[in-house]
Amino acid sequence: MASYIVRRLGYMLITLVFVTVVGFFIIELPPGSYLEFHIQSLRQQGGDVTPDQIAALERRYGLGDPVHVRFYKWISGFPRGDFGQSFQHQRPVGELIWSRLGYTLLISVLTLIISWGIAIVVGVYSATHRYTIPDYLITVLQFIGLAIPNFLLALVMMIVLQQTFGMRVGVLYSREFRDAPFSIAKLLDLASNLWVPIVILGVAGTAWTSRVMRANLLDVLNMQYVQTARAKGVYEPKVIWKHAVRNALHPLVMTLGLALPGIISGEVIVSTVLNLPTSGPLFFQALIQQDMYLAGTFLVFFAVALLIGNLLADIMLAWLDPRITYR
Amino acid sequence: MTDITVEKIAAEAGEEISTVGEIPQSKLIWMRFSRNKLALVGGVGLIIMYIIVALGPFIASNHFRNQNQDYLYGPPTPVTFRGADGRLGLRPYTYEYITRLDQESFKFVFDFDRDTRLPLEFFVRGDEYELLGFIESNVHLVGVQGEQRFYPLGTDALGRDVFARLLVGGQVSLTVGLVGVALTIILGSVMGTISGYFGGAVDDVMQRVIELILSFPTVPLWAALAAALPPISRSFTAIHRFFLITVILSLVNWTGLARQLRGKVMGYAESDFVMAALAVGASDARIIFVHMMPNASSHIIVVAALAIPGMILGETALSFLGLGILPPAVSWGSMLTQAQAVPVVIEHPWLMTPGIAVVLAVLFYSFLGDALRDAADPYSI
Repeated sequence: MASYIVRRLGYMLITLVFVTVVGFFIIELPPGSYLEFHIQSLRQQGGDVTPDQIAALERRYGLGDPVHVRFYKWISGFPRGDFGQSFQHQRPVGELIWSRLGYTLLISVLTLIISWGIAIVVGVYSATHRYTIPDYLITVLQFIGLAIPNFLLALVMMIVLQQTFGMRVGVLYSREFRDAPFSIAKLLDLASNLWVPIVILGVAGTAWTSRVMRANLLDVLNMQYVQTARAKGVYEPKVIWKHAVRNALHPLVMTLGLALPGIISGEVIVSTVLNLPTSGPLFFQALIQQDMYLAGTFLVFFAVALLIGNLLADIMLAWLDPRITYR
Repeated sequence: MTDITVEKIAAEAGEEISTVGEIPQSKLIWMRFSRNKLALVGGVGLIIMYIIVALGPFIASNHFRNQNQDYLYGPPTPVTFRGADGRLGLRPYTYEYITRLDQESFKFVFDFDRDTRLPLEFFVRGDEYELLGFIESNVHLVGVQGEQRFYPLGTDALGRDVFARLLVGGQVSLTVGLVGVALTIILGSVMGTISGYFGGAVDDVMQRVIELILSFPTVPLWAALAAALPPISRSFTAIHRFFLITVILSLVNWTGLARQLRGKVMGYAESDFVMAALAVGASDARIIFVHMMPNASSHIIVVAALAIPGMILGETALSFLGLGILPPAVSWGSMLTQAQAVPVVIEHPWLMTPGIAVVLAVLFYSFLGDALRDAADPYSI
């Protein structure tokens, strides 16, 4: 097991190098650069930009260098925690992204845990009550949950919360807690705001996971060992939860690696709609304004989160299912 | 010499042959498919949607770019079947609107004068339009004669007909999925088959490339690629942009199909029918296209049908964020950008109608995809 994890980490490192190359390449794709954008806005403000000034700006941002030199400069800073300078914010990228990435991950992981918790219970219920009215109702809700784009759900939630409850959406902390030091009260305040994006993000995932859970459990319930357990007179909830559900969970854990990219993608959009101080708004702004190091670093870190998520999913699967052996 | 067939033997013995097991696979698939009522709802719903959207410029009363400066954020025009004498009839009427400046908010509000009825007429001449790209006309399905215009879903910030934009935007949003899936199928099946059939180094490289693509979350990757597209100009039109957006969407999607097909092809390579084909000297191309592809076709169709809703949602999200379809083109996502501010939506809820259209389209496609998945394997219980 340990050697498997070490080898997986080695693979991850290689993938990571390629991820940075691809990330840099994509961010380099747009015609023109931030500099042109910057000069244009300076000219629009009425200021004249002389060729000397342009040359100075180019030198400052290192934009005159050939591509591979710039890539090397960018990536060689990574081990030191230096991800380049954000043009737009005039600050190092590292300073800008940590707290935002942290909140994105916090929201994503919480969403994953909560939606799985609900989905497993719902899936078990609808599998054990197949073809009853609640089961049909759940199926309809699942289809609708999967069909609503999450940004639309975010809009609707925002309207409903603001109109009927007068709640302010789009903040993580209330005003009095924003700069307060960490405390239990601050944590509770965060929780009172965080449930909105979690609910919005969780809907599609819960719908999908509970459908998979239902199908898996139906397969397992047909197996003979379940019948044997029942024939022995084992208490029915014990048959379901101890014998059947545990085996129905494996395919679900295998999809964990697939669920994470969906949730991170969703978080990026939803937080942009809600204007939460997480990765979404800053990332899209950076893309539109061609703030390349900022956007590129975000892209790389999203990929890192995914790679780690996949590794954890594999380890969890091995821990859950002793039949799986890793060579 | 006479032919001895099952029929003859049965006829001599005076027995009837059972038809069990003689139902062709295609019929079995159809039987399984049509048993699923939701699938029929999805299929019929989609056909209706595509027809309405294709005839959009004719069905809507106004041109989707026409701006009515006197009716900004105008509410939907009410329709009544009650004539001037107060009796219900077959002729629909609408009312004349009166513009009034609200003294409190200093905004124009539109009141409808319930006493002056304007008859809604069919086949009214109005804005010029082009239907399906080659029919030029100015006849609209319904409309009002004279100054006032008919807006069944109101107007947006620039006084444009939301209904007309919904139909024209649907042309983009509903074709993104189809074009994208076509590209996904082509890329996915070519790459997957090559990878599975030839194996070795080709396979290794292909699998690493797929892993690399899958190690980015989709939406940020799509957004970064879409941000790289040049702005719309004379040489880079809205149609080019539309096409490249679908390419971007399928760039991620093909990986899933490629992986599954690779597995299938690897399985077929061991099978007797491929061995037989190899033994009689069939070329690689013949084995792939004549022997393997038809076997995998039902699988490809299912994957395709299940991929379309994701693409529609992807386009909508990208356009909503201002990275997908850009003006002068319209799509459901780009229409929803106007509905981003909560106060605007609360005052003008009709701006949210494209959202309903998206949900319906995705729902119909999911019904269809689900049923196809069950039907593709008609021998399962």
